[in-house]
Amino acid sequence: MIPEFGHYALILALCIAIIQGTLPLVGAHQSRREWIMLARPAAQTVFLLLGIAFVILAWSFYSNDFSVLYVAEHSNSQMPVIYRLGAVWGGHEGSLLLWVFLLSTWTFLVALLSKALDEFMVARVIGVLGLVTTGLLLFVIATSNPFERLLPAAQDGRSLNPLLQDPGLVFHPPMLYMGYVGFSVAFAFAIASLLSGRLDAAWARWSRPWTTAAWVFLTLGIALGSWWAYYELGWGGWWFWDPVENASFIPWLVGTALLHSLAVTEKRGGFKSWTVLLAITAFSLSLLGTFLVRSGVLTSVHAFATDPTRGVFILIFLVLVVGSSLTLYAWRAPKSTLGGKFSLTSRETFILLGNVFLVVSAASVLLGTLYPLLIDALHLGKISVGPPYFNSVFVPIMIPLLVLMGIGPWTSWKNSNLLDVIKRLWIAALVAVIAAALIPFAMGEFTWLSSLGFLLAFWVITSGVLQIIRQAKAGKPTRSFIGMQVAHLGIAVFTIGVTMVGAYQEEKDVRMLAGESVSVGGYDIQLQSVRPVPGPNYKAMQGTFLLTRNGKLEATMYPEKRNYFSSTMPMTEAAIDASLTRDIYISLGEELDDKAWAVRVYYKPFVDWIWGGCVLMALGGLLAMSDKRYRMKLKKVAA
Amino acid sequence: MKAKFLIPLILFVILVGFLAVGLNRDPQEIPSPLIGKQAPAFEVPQLVDPQKTFSPESMKGKPWILNVWASWCVACRDEHPVLVELAKLQVAPIIGLDYKDKRDDAIAMLARQGNPYLLSAFDANGRVGIDYGVYGVPETYVIDKSGVIRFKHIGPITMELLRNKIIPLLDQLK
Amino acid sequence: MLRKTIQSLLLSFVLLCSVSVSAKDAAPLADDPVIEQRLIVISEEMRCLVCQNESLAGSRSDLANDLRREIRILITEGKTDEQIRNFMVERYGDFVLYRPPVKPITWLLWIGPFVILLAGIISLMVYLRRRNQAVPSTTLSEADNRRIDALLQDAKSSSTEK
Repeated sequence: MIPEFGHYALILALCIAIIQGTLPLVGAHQSRREWIMLARPAAQTVFLLLGIAFVILAWSFYSNDFSVLYVAEHSNSQMPVIYRLGAVWGGHEGSLLLWVFLLSTWTFLVALLSKALDEFMVARVIGVLGLVTTGLLLFVIATSNPFERLLPAAQDGRSLNPLLQDPGLVFHPPMLYMGYVGFSVAFAFAIASLLSGRLDAAWARWSRPWTTAAWVFLTLGIALGSWWAYYELGWGGWWFWDPVENASFIPWLVGTALLHSLAVTEKRGGFKSWTVLLAITAFSLSLLGTFLVRSGVLTSVHAFATDPTRGVFILIFLVLVVGSSLTLYAWRAPKSTLGGKFSLTSRETFILLGNVFLVVSAASVLLGTLYPLLIDALHLGKISVGPPYFNSVFVPIMIPLLVLMGIGPWTSWKNSNLLDVIKRLWIAALVAVIAAALIPFAMGEFTWLSSLGFLLAFWVITSGVLQIIRQAKAGKPTRSFIGMQVAHLGIAVFTIGVTMVGAYQEEKDVRMLAGESVSVGGYDIQLQSVRPVPGPNYKAMQGTFLLTRNGKLEATMYPEKRNYFSSTMPMTEAAIDASLTRDIYISLGEELDDKAWAVRVYYKPFVDWIWGGCVLMALGGLLAMSDKRYRMKLKKVAA
Repeated sequence: MKAKFLIPLILFVILVGFLAVGLNRDPQEIPSPLIGKQAPAFEVPQLVDPQKTFSPESMKGKPWILNVWASWCVACRDEHPVLVELAKLQVAPIIGLDYKDKRDDAIAMLARQGNPYLLSAFDANGRVGIDYGVYGVPETYVIDKSGVIRFKHIGPITMELLRNKIIPLLDQLK
Repeated sequence: MLRKTIQSLLLSFVLLCSVSVSAKDAAPLADDPVIEQRLIVISEEMRCLVCQNESLAGSRSDLANDLRREIRILITEGKTDEQIRNFMVERYGDFVLYRPPVKPITWLLWIGPFVILLAGIISLMVYLRRRNQAVPSTTLSEADNRRIDALLQDAKSSSTEK
């Protein structure tokens, strides 16, 4: 009975979403006040209804209702509660419901927090979001209904893929979708401004905190995904350039360009049509990513159970949303006025140049991801494009960007004295060169690649520190400024992590009997025993390893080899001892004939700096978002 | 000045075109580079009588079918009746390649489901399979009288495939 | 001479004993770690054909184990990296390589990013030049400056009146 309510909630939400997506837009065009005023209540109602639908689905999982087909396919009564709840978005239908629910959440937040914004604008923004919601709900109800019944009900469910039974599942998809879906707000603002014919700096100011928020979520979502893969998949990699990973990374790159472009539009009124195009592109890429992951068009570890019919639907949706936006852009954007004049050595130029690199890198990753499809569609055969390609292409494009990152913030708007800038930066260059020369030797081996990594990272760090010092002397720095510094620092920290792990990680693959030990990275790892250990829905063989360094015990580690009742494939749960400067990673392999165990151990220096850097980036974004000038808007509302 | 604003739309349309075509293609279906080339040589013991060996050399002079199968492979069990039907039609000899199997299990399966093969070669460690680019059983090859591979099908063969592709091809090769 | 030999023998014996007092070192899983290293480097750039996008180095599937065994044999036979890649491509096609070979159908792929970058930078330069010509300079003329001074004076005097 209850799942049917969920279904009705979806249908009702669709009806209201149709109203939300049409009347306010027409109302704004024809200046019909009653229709304009429908926007906020409609958004609130859709949010409520989808919230109800979502809670009902979660309840079905919690209460083990295997008469619901989706629950039977993805859950199991022996699964721990938290994974039963995470399984709500563990499959296509549920994750799509999450998508559209989060879209209604962002819409609701816009409705709530935009009291100071002109009603016509609000109506248009909510209207556009309503149209997107309508499309998605049509898709869900027509092809991917999570409330479909399984009659007679199953005794128990098929359970979730053991790889997904992990805290990562609980956090990664919601965080990632908040990011993906969040770009719809920037998109809606862009479309609203194109529709109104008023492409001015005001919409940039309104759009900026929302875009930053989406970007923060996407950054964290991607970082979580990477970290999850690292500790879950058992062989220590953190990025595979898998099509689905790329599908989230490409919007991130464009989103970063968008953030910078919005800064210029807000401050100087420039780049209006570029910013609008970037906003449309970022969200379009989010939709494209959704298409790629669910249509079966690309091979990936992440791909959902694929169905070409669904692929057709999403493609049609994509064509309608993106096609109409780009048509509107081609029609209206030429009418926008240019912003202020700026010289070739101004901050505007540097940001523009940086954006060129960001967009080119996004285009390159997109090219590599879609190329196999391209070749296949032309009947020219089947090829693979994997990590070797992406690494060869992406890294060289990022190098100039990192150089720019050290210079750009020193430049001033409109015009700056390049000689002045260079004079201030010589310290940064010096520190960078020293770091590049010394750190590789300190780590044990000099390679040009690692040296380059340290050069760029310390260039950015030193430049940032010098800026902070100069700004502190001039007066209290704004949160916006600190946010920028923290975010850029995050990139440098990330670069150090990647360089260290790439150049200096050690790996050993050994056969171990109890009592034997292996040494890696200056640490000794000794196997004590391997014993069977039961779990809630699996049986495991658990190894006990002692981690020592110079004779001192640092940790006891317990990697496992699990056999889940619901699956024939054994799963590796790696044991990781993490610290600020290194991870020790132990992966238990198979038991060998002579009672020895195959064990793989890794020494990964500074690997946590990779995700630490991402957290810093997100923190920077949060700081920038909470800058005084945005908070003042809220205060005005309260007053 | 206005034309350049259409560029994003044009690029998008081209992209959608490829995506639409891509929906109809199967990214898992990999064409074999061996088509048009000589069937790789090998010599392995036979399944039923391990004293005897088999080599594709011995099949030269007439077109024949090589079917890679195993008793542990569910899809192979599913396609087996189709092979038995094909054998009855007597259009071409079918040679089996028993891939990474246990002798007893394989012979038992043939006893249970019928033996469409003229004989089966026994590829114990999969080495022959590698030379033939086998990555998932069952796989079926059509080889012509001079030993050149003309056709490869990955996955179980169906009556439809027999009617539409394999039998006409064998006719052609006569 | 004999004394020196006995001394060194004794020394080695003592050292051996002290080493075996600490925990025994685990033996590497592979028979020859050098070959294994090369195997990993080669197979990392190849696709596991029965997996959903995993490398041949990382996959634990049957076919991956078999193919790694083959490559190990080829390495011991002294084959070069290129010969080993050709071995795999002859049997499984270009699909098995994660690094797409540079041939006419992949020229667009390999050159593409740098062409896009070049195009981006050139369009940027063109855009900037055109923009700087289009936007009118907002420098004030002498007459305007005097008007501003006059207006400012008025404003000052009117505020002091209050």
